Amino acid sequence: MKTQSKLEKVLASGALAVTSEVGPPRGAIPEKVKEKAGLIKDHVDAINVTDNQTAMVRMSSWAAGVIIKQMGLDPILQMVTRDRNRLAMQSDIIGAYSMGINTMMCLSGDHVKFGDHPMANGVFDLDSIQLVQTVKKMRKEGKFQGGADIKSPPKMFIGAAANPFADPFELRVMRLAKKVKAGADFIQTQCIFNLDKFEKYMEMVCDRGLDQQVHLLAGITPMKSAGMARYMKNKVPGMDVPDEVIKRMEAVPKEEQPEEGIKIAIESIERLKQVKGVHGFHIMAIEWEEKVPQIVEKAGLFPRPVL
Amino acid sequence: MITAEQKPLSEIIEYISPYDRILLVGCNECVTVCAAGGRKEVGLLASALTLHFLKQGRTIDIKEITLERQCDPEYVEELVSEIDRADAILSMACGCGVQTIAERYKEKPVFPAVNTKFMGASESQGIWVERCRGCGDCLLGITGGICPVARCSKQLLNGPCGGTSNGKCEIDPDVECAWCLIWERLKALGMEKRYEEIMEAKDFRPAGGGGPRKIIREDLSL
Repeated sequence: MKTQSKLEKVLASGALAVTSEVGPPRGAIPEKVKEKAGLIKDHVDAINVTDNQTAMVRMSSWAAGVIIKQMGLDPILQMVTRDRNRLAMQSDIIGAYSMGINTMMCLSGDHVKFGDHPMANGVFDLDSIQLVQTVKKMRKEGKFQGGADIKSPPKMFIGAAANPFADPFELRVMRLAKKVKAGADFIQTQCIFNLDKFEKYMEMVCDRGLDQQVHLLAGITPMKSAGMARYMKNKVPGMDVPDEVIKRMEAVPKEEQPEEGIKIAIESIERLKQVKGVHGFHIMAIEWEEKVPQIVEKAGLFPRPVL
Repeated sequence: MITAEQKPLSEIIEYISPYDRILLVGCNECVTVCAAGGRKEVGLLASALTLHFLKQGRTIDIKEITLERQCDPEYVEELVSEIDRADAILSMACGCGVQTIAERYKEKPVFPAVNTKFMGASESQGIWVERCRGCGDCLLGITGGICPVARCSKQLLNGPCGGTSNGKCEIDPDVECAWCLIWERLKALGMEKRYEEIMEAKDFRPAGGGGPRKIIREDLSL
């Protein structure tokens, strides 16, 4: 094992891993973090803690991660390069690791334009791939990005994101390869609705042998309504929602649409379990955390392995 | 070139209204090309200001001059004969010109009449687009002649983020994704392999992170 990460242990055991996420509150409300984490705690191996997602100010991901850690659970520290330079990121990594957080996700982050501080300056001192390199260097060489030695270096299990659906498609596997080369141990993907396209992507991933070098967790998002499906198709950059998914949601009465959305999510998991290179699932139930247990159970991913 | 746009008239008026005699100085270089502060714009601004103050029953004296290059002390020296007759200077050059004047004529207040925007190129008549951030360590040789520092909204050095859609940037459907452009260009040049080389974290010292930048050419300096 490279780290103490529970997620690493689950993945190494060969079991399909399950992660989900908690978005920290927009205020000093630690109870909210506990409440959200409490809803999913028995059904996931680790919990992503988002970092100012959609460029809105929220409780810091490391602080919310510590709260989750203190509940005896396993947070995944998300870190975007948008808000901090390399000094701040490395100090937060040491800080988080000192508080028992041993798994993280390296991201560039949504552009500030989409958030509540569009007038802010995006930092982007590093990009996501360079952040992966930095965390790897801290772990493997015991050195800071700048080259100096670290006393007692943090040993993070390193995650990165992949969006198989953004343009240009032909570049997406190459970009994944770059993240793997930089040192990513695991990958969580963007929400998958276009399964055909994802399967094609995974074929290309396996052709390059990347499935042997990185653990890929497929991103699953249950949709609450046909409206949400349309919104994700039309408004969310880099999202691919096929028309038949929207039609299927529209075909049932409004009050039954949430149930239909969950059904689609479960069917997707069942199908993706068969796909070579998929080593687990990352369930992003946006403001719908209470449905995660049901999805995990019905998809046959419960109980979670005890290691 | 350095691009600029004229400030709102109200802001310019606020700067100069305490003064009666204004030296309005244009520049014959970049701001002439981007039609922000050349001889023509100097004339138009002088008329607009004169008219504004006349409506208020005030006559102000505006002397118009357009220098060859306002960022060059040699040309800024030409203002010597006019400076005593002015209470304030209004510059239509970029920030470099304004500061060259401020440094030379310390006893006179100098105000900018334009906002300096970016280093850009002309895309078509009347449209200028940002092309360079002056990062001091040019990457264009390995990015197919398209700059990710200036043209990627997140200044990513290792490829497009997940927000690209139909070759456009997530921030605006009118903004092209720099990395899609780079990729297409690398393909056209048969240099696809280059994309997979990781570009290391950038050294921002040449980009200004090391403090104000300076070029010293000993072969040229006196």
